[in-house]
Amino acid sequence: MEDYELKDFEFNENDFELVGEQVDITKDEVEPFHPGWKDVVKRFCKNKGAVAGLICILLIVCLSIFVPMVSSYKFDAIDTASANIEPNGAHLFGTDEYGRDLFVRCWQGTRISLFIAVVAVLIDVLIGMVYGLVSGFFGGILDGILQRFQEIMNSIPTLVILTILLTVMKSSLFTVIVALMFTEWIAMSRITRAQVLKVKEEEYVLASRTLGSSSFRLIFREIVPNIYGQLIIMSMMTIPNAIFYEAYLAFVGLGLAVPQASLGTLINDGFNSILVYPYMMIIPAIILAILMLSFNLCGDGLRDALDPTMKER
Amino acid sequence: MMSDTILEVKELKQYFRLSRKEIVRAVDGISFTIEKGKTYGLVGESGSGKSTTGRSIIRLYKPTGGQILFQGTDISGKLKADEKKFLHTKMQMIFQDPMACLNPRKKVIDIIGEGLMIHKVCKTREEMEQKVYQILDLVGLSKEHAKRYPHQFSGGQRQRIGIARALVLEPDLIIADEAISALDVSIQAQVVNLMKKIQKETGIAYLFIAHDLSMVKYISDHIGVLHLGHLVESGSVEEIFENPIHPYTKSLLTAIPVPNPRVERTKVLHEYDISMLDCPYTESKRIYIGGTHYVLGTEDEVEKWRKE
Repeated sequence: MEDYELKDFEFNENDFELVGEQVDITKDEVEPFHPGWKDVVKRFCKNKGAVAGLICILLIVCLSIFVPMVSSYKFDAIDTASANIEPNGAHLFGTDEYGRDLFVRCWQGTRISLFIAVVAVLIDVLIGMVYGLVSGFFGGILDGILQRFQEIMNSIPTLVILTILLTVMKSSLFTVIVALMFTEWIAMSRITRAQVLKVKEEEYVLASRTLGSSSFRLIFREIVPNIYGQLIIMSMMTIPNAIFYEAYLAFVGLGLAVPQASLGTLINDGFNSILVYPYMMIIPAIILAILMLSFNLCGDGLRDALDPTMKER
Repeated sequence: MMSDTILEVKELKQYFRLSRKEIVRAVDGISFTIEKGKTYGLVGESGSGKSTTGRSIIRLYKPTGGQILFQGTDISGKLKADEKKFLHTKMQMIFQDPMACLNPRKKVIDIIGEGLMIHKVCKTREEMEQKVYQILDLVGLSKEHAKRYPHQFSGGQRQRIGIARALVLEPDLIIADEAISALDVSIQAQVVNLMKKIQKETGIAYLFIAHDLSMVKYISDHIGVLHLGHLVESGSVEEIFENPIHPYTKSLLTAIPVPNPRVERTKVLHEYDISMLDCPYTESKRIYIGGTHYVLGTEDEVEKWRKE
């Protein structure tokens, strides 16, 4: 073998090949400016699960609006001749023990359950969140009073409140809403207050304070955007709770009046004959499960989309 | 002389009530003045009340006692609306932690422009944006940076954004609360030089709170040494560094590392303990040494310390 010396080697211009992307690193790529909500939409759309969830929700909402309107069956039309029919071409989801078409009843029930879910979230946000924000942000004596009041509310068993309600109100959708108002906001207000207490002492809130921000501005510009995540997750958890709470109310006798249906009552009724006619319970349960999953996926996506630090990941 | 004073703090006290019986005296009767366009350095160990002093002055806390005169206006009591506006526009603060002092959900332009919008300095958003670009340029960032979120910046850049936010309302006094202690050394130099440059250009005054004495020596005109909520020694940089009198100041000064291992090896550290004093801080007086130099102590003590 010949001995090579280092000086014998010579590098030519074409000896090396650039590996990887050819990016001009000397140029600073500037992102064009667009309003914040466009970023949010973009980030939301990138999350496939969230988009799928949103589509499912929209689909279910459409079905629940239009099916009871266009169907040839009425949700409360009793036809004992065709009771307990298994799903077939005429009755897509079958019929119940009174011969009512379950397809229409299911979507009618979804309509009411969705309405209750929306009301529950609204109560969460309008009462629970505001209560927690005020209590956490202003602190001091006000916080003490609000917290004691909330503890008193929380310490009364739900059943007692319901029994009292039962004496003054008839069972209707409105009663369900009132019952929700009494108890549903407490968990939310606690979470909000804890989050506010955590964020309140952050330096960026102090910085905004030294600039002379009003309390309103501090709460809604500095604190709330930074606790979105927890609040969205919390309100998503409320939805299934509220739907089942309604079923529970129906059981106590405060829920919807009899011919009316909700997903909760349908599942409850179907449960009575699960061994004989399993479809009566399984179908509304599947709708409820899809609805819940979609809400959770959607909530997760929304939380991530609202957080600008998630952009790069 | 009075017209040169921008901030006068007289016997400022800030107590915190922990429970019915316990009271923490974070700041216990300190007095100093800051002149226009000058830098006052406040040094001391952790827990000596430096940050509390800064926050009391800018009214994040309500002072328990004493008086704070800012350009002749008393800002220590209950504030009227116009006094509040005056305080919030003419006095600003730079915070310690560049990671925590910017709202992660806001774009830089909204963070810096917040003050402009709150006090309606700028009528339109375009005007505000122009103003923010100018300030970004002053602190060495480009206008492209305005449309980004804080997490897309490095620590030094974030601190610049913090400085820009403080500068945008053209204040007369900036309180820098350990503004550089969270940064690494090379970035510290950048930021301090930037602050000096801005001072030269705009004639702003600083209250520079730090525990790093060599940095304080570099930037300050006057220094106050704080210990357990008491101002134990104050004076110009030369007076403090050439002729330290109070044993606490001496111990702080000997703790500055010297970039020479031979000296460092044989260095004798001055140890200081509050029990070494003949009488507690609360019973001592401010004793005049000369120039602007004051020491907290009794006549006999000062005599003794001078001889040492």
